[in-house]
Amino acid sequence: MPFFEAVRLALQTIRVQKLKSFFTLLGVMIGVMFLIAVVSIVEGMSDYVENDFAAKIIGTNTFDVSRIPSFVSNADEAQWRAWQRRPRLFDPDYETVRAALPGDFRMARVNQNFLPATVPGLRPRSVQAVSTDATYFDIKKFGLTTGRAFTQQEVATGARVVVIGSEVASYYYEGLDPVGRELRIAGLPYTVIGVIEEQGSVFGFSMDRLAIAPVTTPLTRAINPRGDIDAITVQAGNRELITEGMELTREALRGFRRLGPSDDDTFSLTTSSAALSFFDGLKSKLVLFGTALPAIGLVVGALVIMNIMLVAVSERTREIGVRKALGARRRDIIAQFLVEASTLSIIGAMIGAGCGVGLAKLIAAVTPLPASVAPWSLVAALIVGAGVGITAGIYPASRAARLDPIAALRQE
Amino acid sequence: MSQDLLEVPAGTTPEREAVMRAVGQAPAPEWVIVTRGLKREYDMGGEIVRALRGVDLAVKRNEYVAIMGPSGSGKSTLMNIVGCLDTPNDGEYWLNGQLVSEMKDDALARVRNKEIGFVFQTFNLLPRATALANVELPLVYAGVPAAERKRRAMEALEKVQLGQRVHHRPNELSGGQRQRVAIARALVNDPSILLADEPTGNLDSNTSEEIMRVFEHLADTGQTVIMVTHEPDIASHARRVVVLRDGRIASDETKAQFVARIGAGQHAH
Repeated sequence: MPFFEAVRLALQTIRVQKLKSFFTLLGVMIGVMFLIAVVSIVEGMSDYVENDFAAKIIGTNTFDVSRIPSFVSNADEAQWRAWQRRPRLFDPDYETVRAALPGDFRMARVNQNFLPATVPGLRPRSVQAVSTDATYFDIKKFGLTTGRAFTQQEVATGARVVVIGSEVASYYYEGLDPVGRELRIAGLPYTVIGVIEEQGSVFGFSMDRLAIAPVTTPLTRAINPRGDIDAITVQAGNRELITEGMELTREALRGFRRLGPSDDDTFSLTTSSAALSFFDGLKSKLVLFGTALPAIGLVVGALVIMNIMLVAVSERTREIGVRKALGARRRDIIAQFLVEASTLSIIGAMIGAGCGVGLAKLIAAVTPLPASVAPWSLVAALIVGAGVGITAGIYPASRAARLDPIAALRQE
Repeated sequence: MSQDLLEVPAGTTPEREAVMRAVGQAPAPEWVIVTRGLKREYDMGGEIVRALRGVDLAVKRNEYVAIMGPSGSGKSTLMNIVGCLDTPNDGEYWLNGQLVSEMKDDALARVRNKEIGFVFQTFNLLPRATALANVELPLVYAGVPAAERKRRAMEALEKVQLGQRVHHRPNELSGGQRQRVAIARALVNDPSILLADEPTGNLDSNTSEEIMRVFEHLADTGQTVIMVTHEPDIASHARRVVVLRDGRIASDETKAQFVARIGAGQHAH
């Protein structure tokens, strides 16, 4: 029997038994729907991380020098203990790195933590307090909506000034010009000199709750009571220079810390590509867990289809007998039931894919999670649908094909 | 293969006897069906049922044969083997020059498709398909393109005077009309034999007569017809009557001989 005939026959059977067919394909539909939704969310996150997140968190063409790697995807207890034993970073380390790198590298000491901030008459609120060098604004490409950033001279003199994020400005100085006003962070007053333009959010975390002060102010001690540095962010002039900069930094710090040739580094160098590979690890886990559940749905869907097809075979025993009497070969009967099962599940997969895209968009709309529908996932859904149908149809179809036409014709 | 032609059934012509005795030889082309020493046994839960115990049958092209016999005589088994739905345990079956008894599944399916047109007691139309789609079905399995399929199915339906009802489903047709759809379906592939199993078993006597007239017309126009029935009335519409008893052919007579033997009184026109 030609393939087209089999599909036509399958569609006819489905049309006649609409409700039953709907329930048959429900399992596949739900499975594919969640599969598409999960894959779209993960893809969306991945797009976001690649295009936005890495630049926002780390900066472009930059690497971080820190005691413990900035992104840890999997580390055991022993690894953590080893990291904890490493010496902290202090100003002499910074000076060493600065001396080692040519002038076209920008660098900044960066400390950050959430600290309470307040103005008289307002409830204290937690802000992302950052103490750093003046170059930080260039590295981060922060634009200012009002006022100015602090200068390296102000860093040198330890001026008690602060540049704030847009959310901080709107919370504390609603309807006012924040420049020149006072903001108390961790109990000490700072003068607001500028407001950074809106940065948006990363995975629902606002990037606009910033309060950035010179690294020489008491804010550093409020963040790190020992007075050490969380990280030195280094920006290379271009991508190719990153590796060279990292090598120079490593050599200089190893020399400064008097490490022997067989000693491990006592610091970590993290690039934005490390952040990306961290996310890749996270992504593969998300995909694994995110698809395990829909996969169960698909298995259930396959079992339902198999069951319905078995019922269909026994209901249509006589039809099979007639078809065999009229010249249908085994493979014609097998094709008929396989095509019917896969048509059912492909329709289920198509509806499921549509609902999945809708679900992904809905999640993206009501939660901070981004969504991006990958075309390959739609193709995959259809292949999965066909696969489920064929797998589920094999047993019922071969049962049908093996029926003895005489017995089948005799059946009432 | 043994030759069990112990006694020649009453009415057997010398010509037929000669064909049936030529074991292992392909019969001349005018013989559309030749069986020699056909045996079929079933294992019914340990008990062996010998449904056919050596059947020799020879049917020429254009014959109209009724196969009769009480239930248990083996006529259904014979009809299944002749219809290529079943294969014998022993003996030969030649259909249109092909040794069907040695064929495997797919080859048998092809023979059923090309050589045999079935008409069943219960019509066996696909309930969800229109008359036209039902008649097209054998052509689908023969691989005929859609347009030609439709044309040939329409032709076959017109032959049985159902040209006006081609888009009706079986449940919208009367019993006689359904059986005529089934006849159109049986004829659409231009088979060597039309094989009817109790074709009037589910019809009232008026409709039965109507269907018998269709068969007679087909026989008149050269179609080989084999009809299995247990009703002498219906059997006597055929031109030759074969009676089975206990898995063997008991008699093989012309219609006139048969009617004369069972008594004209039983046969009412």
